Amino acid sequence: MLTFEDMRYTQDGFSLHADFTVRDGEMLAVIGPSGGGKSTLLNVVAGFLEPTSGRVLWDGQDLAGTVPGKRPVSILFQDNNLFPHMSVAQNVGLGLRPDLRLSAQQKTQVEAALERVGLAGFGARKPAALSGGQASRVALARMLLRGNPLVLLDEPFAALGPALKVEMLDLVRDLMGETGATLMMVSHDPEDAKRIAQRTVLVADGEALAPVETTEIFANPPEALQAYLGK
Amino acid sequence: MADRAFKITPLIRAGFGAVLLLLALIIAPLAALLWRAETPAVLGAADWAAVRFTLLQATLSAGISVGLAVPVARALARRRFVGRGLLITLLGAPFILPVIVAVLGLLAVFGRSGILSTVLGWVGLPPVHIYGLHGVVLAHVFFNLPLATRLILQGWLAIPAERFRLAASLDFGPRDVARVLEYPMLRSTLPGAFMVIFLICMTSFAVALALGGGPKSTTVELAIYQAFRFDFDLGRAALLAGLQFTLGAIAAGVMLRVSVPSTMGGGLDRTVERWDITAGWRDGLLLAAVALFLIVPLGMILIDGLPYVFSLPASVYAAAGRSLGVALVSMVISTGLALLLALLVVRLRRGGVLVESIGYITLAASPLVIGAGLFIVLFPLTDPVALALPVTALVNAVMSLPFALRTLVPAVREVEGTYGRLADSLAMGGWVRMRLVLWPRLRRPLGFSAGLAAALSMGDLGVIALFSDPNGATLPLQMYRLMAAYRMDQAAGAAVLLLGMSLLLFWIFDRGGRADADV
Amino acid sequence: MKTSIFAAGFCVMASVAAAETPVLTVYTYDSFVSDWGPGPAVEKAFEATCGCDLQFVGTGDGAALLARIRLEGARTKADVVLGLDTNLTATAAETDLFAPSGISAKYDLPVAWDDATFVPYDWGYFAFVYDKTKLDTPPADFKALAASDLKIVIQDPRSSTPGLGLLLWVKDAYGDEAPMIWEVLSDNIVTVTKGWSEAYGMFLEGEADMVLSYTTSPAYHLIAEQDDTKAAAPFAEGHYMQVEVAAKLAGTDQPELADKFLQFMVSDAFQSIIPTTNWMYPAITPADGLPEGFETLITPAKSLLVPADQADALRDVALAEWLTALSK
Repeated sequence: MLTFEDMRYTQDGFSLHADFTVRDGEMLAVIGPSGGGKSTLLNVVAGFLEPTSGRVLWDGQDLAGTVPGKRPVSILFQDNNLFPHMSVAQNVGLGLRPDLRLSAQQKTQVEAALERVGLAGFGARKPAALSGGQASRVALARMLLRGNPLVLLDEPFAALGPALKVEMLDLVRDLMGETGATLMMVSHDPEDAKRIAQRTVLVADGEALAPVETTEIFANPPEALQAYLGK
Repeated sequence: MADRAFKITPLIRAGFGAVLLLLALIIAPLAALLWRAETPAVLGAADWAAVRFTLLQATLSAGISVGLAVPVARALARRRFVGRGLLITLLGAPFILPVIVAVLGLLAVFGRSGILSTVLGWVGLPPVHIYGLHGVVLAHVFFNLPLATRLILQGWLAIPAERFRLAASLDFGPRDVARVLEYPMLRSTLPGAFMVIFLICMTSFAVALALGGGPKSTTVELAIYQAFRFDFDLGRAALLAGLQFTLGAIAAGVMLRVSVPSTMGGGLDRTVERWDITAGWRDGLLLAAVALFLIVPLGMILIDGLPYVFSLPASVYAAAGRSLGVALVSMVISTGLALLLALLVVRLRRGGVLVESIGYITLAASPLVIGAGLFIVLFPLTDPVALALPVTALVNAVMSLPFALRTLVPAVREVEGTYGRLADSLAMGGWVRMRLVLWPRLRRPLGFSAGLAAALSMGDLGVIALFSDPNGATLPLQMYRLMAAYRMDQAAGAAVLLLGMSLLLFWIFDRGGRADADV
Repeated sequence: MKTSIFAAGFCVMASVAAAETPVLTVYTYDSFVSDWGPGPAVEKAFEATCGCDLQFVGTGDGAALLARIRLEGARTKADVVLGLDTNLTATAAETDLFAPSGISAKYDLPVAWDDATFVPYDWGYFAFVYDKTKLDTPPADFKALAASDLKIVIQDPRSSTPGLGLLLWVKDAYGDEAPMIWEVLSDNIVTVTKGWSEAYGMFLEGEADMVLSYTTSPAYHLIAEQDDTKAAAPFAEGHYMQVEVAAKLAGTDQPELADKFLQFMVSDAFQSIIPTTNWMYPAITPADGLPEGFETLITPAKSLLVPADQADALRDVALAEWLTALSK
């Protein structure tokens, strides 16, 4: 369970406040205007930013002081999710051991993960030889192997076409279902939220509002969301 | 990411270790000399005259080198022609030549009986008078114009091709391109290039004296030499070295302050597709003139030495082997130190400027004082002669550090900026990060700086004077010995061997860094 | 591979041998120990008789050598220092690091020698060397040189032994008139170099008509290169001398070997090596005489040498004058 406890992050006139809880195993969308603080919220959870005040708790444990790599978190960024000089299999293998000293059994795991995301036999390729959708699948395969209970997606599919994006979202939903992990997904597209998120957080005007049922929030959008949706 | 908590990792700790090593190498010798000084040191009017001359010639040399390098780099950045790659490689040659060889090569062209004077004589004009401040500056430009060109060329090639495409779509003329794209790049590149060359010229001694025409061209380094060797006034030597060092530190501080960070380290073999270019004859003329200026003296050196390269005494080849070993060790130390320092600089942000300047001002340290000081420090502990080659390798490594830093700091900054968070999120820290992320991503700039460090270490006589081991002579020392034994022809052969090996080393590592480097 | 096995074996043997044979450490200047200097032949000849291991340590030139000994002080490993000259012996004596030699020999020096500590092993005259094919009648003295439009290259007295020699040459010959001589010479001086090699190289490349070197320099070209075009110009004022000496360290742990070496140094075996390796006159002419070719060298009418005890004070005055005259 992820808890924002009166968490505030401030820098250079920018401020973000959050005070809510994310349920175990739920899929949560984070939407709102750009520059509103969606990515900041994820970066605080991932440990790239430290809260100015308040706390972020995982299962009651304060995450403060834990470096990003040691947090129970897997994160996918907008871009640069893969190291271009490593093969697909190596990029995925990083999810098991960051030093890539993999045992034979771990190599089998890598292959299985690639197979699960539909990329069987792609292990030897370099990222430059992949399409955008394939690169996203590689990142998801690595996420599978990391096996962290909390997954953060910072618009990794924003550059994909509509059909491909739907395909990726469905894959994410299936993978979450299989692993039971909790998901926080930043998106600027309400359709993304409607497709996979039970609840949605609106981030606007320096405030991450408490999660609301996704169907509810779009049926009765609050003022800030109306402005964002242009209604 | 902006305020990611600062963590002391093993790599950072090693980086601080590298800083301490540098400081020790710079400060310990000065302290040792002051400690051994028999009389309190005083600087006289002649010393201040030397300071003035040193600053004057270094400012002129650096200013002219950088000023000329701008159009040359511009021409190289936007023209494609056969031999362009070769010309860029040859640009590295003057810089790694032993001083005495370069001076003789220059004189073969610009001297009283050089090519230029001979040609002038045919039309009844008097010979060129090369000796004086202008001679000193000419020699320093010969050494440093190529270096400045390379540094600025890297800046040019770091401007993304998309910017030029955008400029073309907006119907920019050359002047608009210069204002919008090129001026900001120069603004970030020139101060650093000027500083590096200013510092190199500050410690010049033999060139300044030989081409300066007499004692009015006394530099601080010569005053240090006199204090140590002629007067055995260790206190004054240390004081002068400290002064030279302080001036260098001030210069480095000022330049790094006015400099704005830029990204570099890309390959030099690409040309950017440009749409704002019209007739090319002016660029062609300029490149031809520069090529002549650099290549004719080199050619004279080759003509003098080539016939003797393959008939040198065996001991010269043995010395060449030893120098190769020193160069390789020195290369490893230099590149390793530079990488650790670059990581520290990027991680420390504001404090990074300080660390970076420490890396640069080693250029302003007097080799003689470092040598003598290390000797004083080491003598009570062990036999300095037995340490001749390791000390040479270490000091050479430190002397080539600034060039490696110049290349690696921006490159590390870029890799950390692009992949730092991904690596952090995957818990890739310390040596794993070094092995799996930094090393492969930095292969090109690492190859370039390794090649440069190896080449510089081949040619540098550095501090070996006090440490020289009769059975462990390096190639430059063996070349000087040939000269001292009247064997000028064989010395010319040894010089060609030295030049060839240096260029080959540079070429191998520079290439190695590029081979199958992935996007 | 074979050579490295040989080298390994050699090293083992050498270290075994080193454990049994006493080692005599001789500090000298760099060109003495180079493959083309006297060092290798001297080492072989001395080791054949001494039952010891003679180890040379080379350091720059004579002045750098003295600087090193002063840095090391009484703890120096050196048993003998070889390569100081009369401009340095007074300073060297003041350090109290050197011991009387006990050597007395009949030296063939143009000046009387009665120093109890420093033993001369070779000597030479400074002179301006020129190319006979390019210059028919060289100037006969400094004034004629200054009056001519001939170009010369000299070395800086602050960084070079010949440079310092020239400084004292002019001072010894002209005394208070020395600054005037430098002033009239200044337009003949093409440039001043850090060391002898730069200057001599520039002369051979044709940058100057004459170069400051030694009267013995033409002997190298004649004997080693069969080239008789180089000659030294005899100057009427006389020529300044350089006498190179060696001395035993007071703190040596091999006093007997050191004495033996100094004795060997004034013997035929050592002295006959000097002319064609150091290109100087031996301090004692060997029984077989000088090598063929040396008879063609000029013999100055007058030998100049500032006594060692005055050289130190004189050089500071002369340097100040030189700097003033040439900085104009």
